[in-house]
Amino acid sequence: MQRRVPDLLPPLASGAGCLLLTGCNWSQSVLAPRGSHAEAIDGILRVLFIGGALIFSLVAVLLATAILLRPSLRAWMASNNFIIGFGIVFPVITLMALLTFSSVVSRTMNGISDPKIRIEVIGEQFWWRVNYLDGQGNPALATANEIRIPVNTPVEFILKTQDVIHSFWVPSLAGKLDMIPGRTNRYTFAATSPGVYRGQCAEYCGDQHALMAFYVVAVPQADYESWFAEQVGNAAEPTTPLLRQGRDLFLAAGCGSCHTIRGTPADGTLGPDLTRVGSRLSIAAGTYPVNVGTLAGWTSSAPHLKPGNLMPSFGNLGGEQLRAIAAYMESLK
Amino acid sequence: MTVVGDRSEERTAERKPANRFPNEVPRPEGELNELRKPWVPPRGWRILSAVNNTYVGLAYIATGLIIFILAGVLAVLMRTQLATPENDLIDYALYNQLFTMHGTMMMFLFAVPIVEAFAVLLMPNILGTRELPFPRLSAYAFWIYAFGSLAFFFTLFFGVAPDTGWFMYTPLSDARYSPGINADMWLLGIGFIEIAAIAGAIEIIVGFAKTRAPGMSIDRIPVFAWAMLIFALMIVFAFPALILGTILLEIERALGWPFFMAEKGGDPLLWQHLFWFFGHPEVYIIFIPAAGMVSTILPAMAATPLVGHRLVVLALITMGVISFGLWVHHMYATGLPQLSLGFFSAASMSVAIASGIQVFAWIATIASGRLKLKTPALFIVGFLIVFTMGGLTGVMVASVPFDLQVHDTYFVVAHFHYVLVGGMVLPVLAAIYYWYPTVSQKQLSERVGRWVFGLFFIGLNATFFTMHITGLMGMPRRVYTYLAVMDWGALNLISTFGAYMMAAAIALLVFDIVRTFRFSFSDTVGNIWDAGTLEWMRTYTYGTRSIPEVDSRYPLWTRPELSDETDEGRYYLPGTLTGRREALVTSPIDARPVYVMQVPGPHWGPFLAGIATTIFFYLLTFKLVLPAVFFGVVAVALILWWVWDLDHGPVRRPAHIGGGLVLPVYTSGSVNHSWWGTVTLLLVQGAFFTCLVFSYFFLWLVNPHSWPPPGVSMPSLAWPAVAAALYAASSAAIFFAGRALARPSSGALQLLFPSALLLFAAAVGVQVYSEWQTGLRPTQHSYGAMVYLFGALQGFLGGVLLVMAGFTMARSLAGKLDAVRRVTFDNTMLLWHYATAQGLVAVGIVSLFPRALG
Repeated sequence: MQRRVPDLLPPLASGAGCLLLTGCNWSQSVLAPRGSHAEAIDGILRVLFIGGALIFSLVAVLLATAILLRPSLRAWMASNNFIIGFGIVFPVITLMALLTFSSVVSRTMNGISDPKIRIEVIGEQFWWRVNYLDGQGNPALATANEIRIPVNTPVEFILKTQDVIHSFWVPSLAGKLDMIPGRTNRYTFAATSPGVYRGQCAEYCGDQHALMAFYVVAVPQADYESWFAEQVGNAAEPTTPLLRQGRDLFLAAGCGSCHTIRGTPADGTLGPDLTRVGSRLSIAAGTYPVNVGTLAGWTSSAPHLKPGNLMPSFGNLGGEQLRAIAAYMESLK
Repeated sequence: MTVVGDRSEERTAERKPANRFPNEVPRPEGELNELRKPWVPPRGWRILSAVNNTYVGLAYIATGLIIFILAGVLAVLMRTQLATPENDLIDYALYNQLFTMHGTMMMFLFAVPIVEAFAVLLMPNILGTRELPFPRLSAYAFWIYAFGSLAFFFTLFFGVAPDTGWFMYTPLSDARYSPGINADMWLLGIGFIEIAAIAGAIEIIVGFAKTRAPGMSIDRIPVFAWAMLIFALMIVFAFPALILGTILLEIERALGWPFFMAEKGGDPLLWQHLFWFFGHPEVYIIFIPAAGMVSTILPAMAATPLVGHRLVVLALITMGVISFGLWVHHMYATGLPQLSLGFFSAASMSVAIASGIQVFAWIATIASGRLKLKTPALFIVGFLIVFTMGGLTGVMVASVPFDLQVHDTYFVVAHFHYVLVGGMVLPVLAAIYYWYPTVSQKQLSERVGRWVFGLFFIGLNATFFTMHITGLMGMPRRVYTYLAVMDWGALNLISTFGAYMMAAAIALLVFDIVRTFRFSFSDTVGNIWDAGTLEWMRTYTYGTRSIPEVDSRYPLWTRPELSDETDEGRYYLPGTLTGRREALVTSPIDARPVYVMQVPGPHWGPFLAGIATTIFFYLLTFKLVLPAVFFGVVAVALILWWVWDLDHGPVRRPAHIGGGLVLPVYTSGSVNHSWWGTVTLLLVQGAFFTCLVFSYFFLWLVNPHSWPPPGVSMPSLAWPAVAAALYAASSAAIFFAGRALARPSSGALQLLFPSALLLFAAAVGVQVYSEWQTGLRPTQHSYGAMVYLFGALQGFLGGVLLVMAGFTMARSLAGKLDAVRRVTFDNTMLLWHYATAQGLVAVGIVSLFPRALG
């Protein structure tokens, strides 16, 4: 089940365009399936690509024959029977086969149920709010822009939106599903190999649609459980004067009116929960890696880096203060 | 020579004995001069008042090409921005406007209009008529298109161009998330250009049905004309959904009536259904005429009749019908039930059969003849390759699971550019090279043509084949930048390079057109392809000297002398009967001559009304309502001004047109071309209303337990009963007015029309007030919004009836209306009865349906 390296078809398909020129990033590729749905779709993809290539070759050969060969060799083509044979009978048969195959795959994909974990993902302009739900459907853990799941365990994603339409898509794991105002879409699938998979908003949602990504981190079940147990607790207490200064500045600057850091007075919910922001792979929805530099830069000039997002600029803070806040956030692991 | 296919039959068709021509030669002296006089085109700057199909058609094509170039420049800008990762050449705000404008302009302002432009230019000659039935309407359509689309383009320079995508999904495009006027620019700017598309469609449908050369029976109509008919019918049924959608969204934005806001009982998916119910047929609206062009060009280039002519026509019709059942395949990822997805998946794949028939018919045709590999043929061979590829990826995305991966990625961008650039732009380029000799004294250079083709074809594949891979590697559409770490840079750079090649090809083509184009009617390059269809005959401002009789699908092949004989005046109507512009009207199925239609000539109305209409809509965009109303009234007045001197009546007795045929110069009732035009317009209105009813039921399904919402009480049944009675009474008054036409002096008409208007107004008033007095308001919930929208639509129709009633009464007072000369009245009557029927249905649904739910 676990295919490590993309096998024959993807390199062939992407050929010179990609592999030869650069080492490729496969973390967001349809061609490197690592999830139940993505693998099922990959089966269809192979049939479609090979079949498509064969049919295209057939048409090209017929066309070349019609243009280039001697009249006596192509006279057989100039008839209604040729049109009916290739234009009606042949497509009817192939399409019926394809449709059947396609619906069987659809059914197997929908057959994946009995989720062990329920995660609510809410699209916002331009980031992802993530709530792990408990057995009663109440939020048990809030985070943002990153979803950790155990491998080989069906997970139900409950997809909603806070504002406009977004689309939830992790190509390595599954096809996309929209997040539509007034509706709740549900989607159950499992990752089949551990790894870090990138997802990106696939429905145009406004100014910064281009920079609305997230990560799904699939880990072994035991790792997941210990991670979860760690995450639900309060934020780490600052241990150095710098970090304490950072926390105090964070609270004094009013960051807490939009962001939550559990265990501190910061309990805003407008923006992403920052309780474990230092442990995440990215800030600004998959746009920057997490380190003191990017955190400080983002704090001082978010409206400039990602215009149209709701985070205001804290450029009024001095370099020392920014560094302290960034260091504090970076310590929140 | 090896003869295959059915050309042998065509070639050996019976020769016409010399004495069997409809008219004798030599023709009487002065006849030609009389024919020529009314067709003399306006000179100098007065050319703006020209309505002749050739002038309008050429200006239309030129404007379409300008839009194509402008929208192409936007694409080149986008490709430049995406050439490298994290590029900061173009910021998000401009980029989002660029992709919105590129898509909108290519789809609405290039693809559809340029096809209509080709129809306006070529249809009369292909059908063998002097003119299509409504030249002034065509001219008006052209002007609003020309002014409207240039104004729309210039919004880019003021930063107010729409930026929510050509698909305008709500709620992103609603007043909360797009408070600027950018979205209004789209809704109003595009909305009114659809008027032009519909006007063109009416012209094409009636022209196809009524103005064919005698003998061009249903089986002998060139595929080009068939394709145009299907194209036009699809516009009639598809565009109303878009127009309704834009009206609903604009009302929601401007007045706050909730149709799409989820928290007030609306649904964003309603927009998607309406948009794609238009948007999917739109793809075929664009492709079908192009396919018709290919089916017409290819026989000439291969010097053989189209193999499988009937199969091809059937495939076109099938494609047109099926394309209305596919819209949901743009919505696979919205979470619709699996069963309905299966249905739409099957329907989507079945379109491949209709395409397959045509592709193999074209290959069979090439095999049957001998393809002359001149530039038009090169573009067609390129088209076959690219379109096949696009068709195959189309089957792929019709598969639901596969589509869930590639939907809204660059794979889909690649797919539809293969279909649209391959399926539509390549045939249009072929058409430009192919038909250029019919209007220019000099043909385009064959040598340059090969370069244009080579650059364009390679550039196209470099740009878009690469995008398949880019999409599979995970790159979504509509992103202004991407991170370097994603490794999409190399692929994007190739695409950008290919885009530059395509741009170079188009630049080369423009250069060659500027170099070679010398307009002429009769002194053109002529039939250099040895084609068999009628547009290659010698033509003048008035079309051919006489109207030829057609006895095969390729009249110039079965009878090479036809052009000369026609030019000598041996065929029908070699002169003029009324001294005005005229065209021969034939019966729809077997093309027997029925009457001689008096065709309107040059007029300033279309040009000026085009300006006024454009100003009206752009003032509305800026919410300058009063000035807008002023220009709206001016536009209507200008339209009435040009309509006033139509409907000449039976200015003379029936006369000979040759071949022993004596035809009237005027008819009324269902034979009349204007009656057909009105009925087609009612089909548009009916489709619009049907979409509205669909929306009503759709919103009910979204709110099954609050329809009406809690706290809303419905008016008692007496109210709708009164409204229905008033509607019926107003129609009855019009019925009696029709009887009174026989006695124009009695004054009954002047009494009945105002009464009918009052009754209609009262009906609308009762319909609306009955809801108002219950306390229902349109802004609270989608239920109220729908109820009042039904009323508003009746009110709008009432306004139209007011104008038409006033016009009809004025004609009666001016002595231009009587029991015979009654086309004006008939058209008003048709609309009236329609408006009544629609009112009855609306009142019935609104008052009975919620009750039926219990």
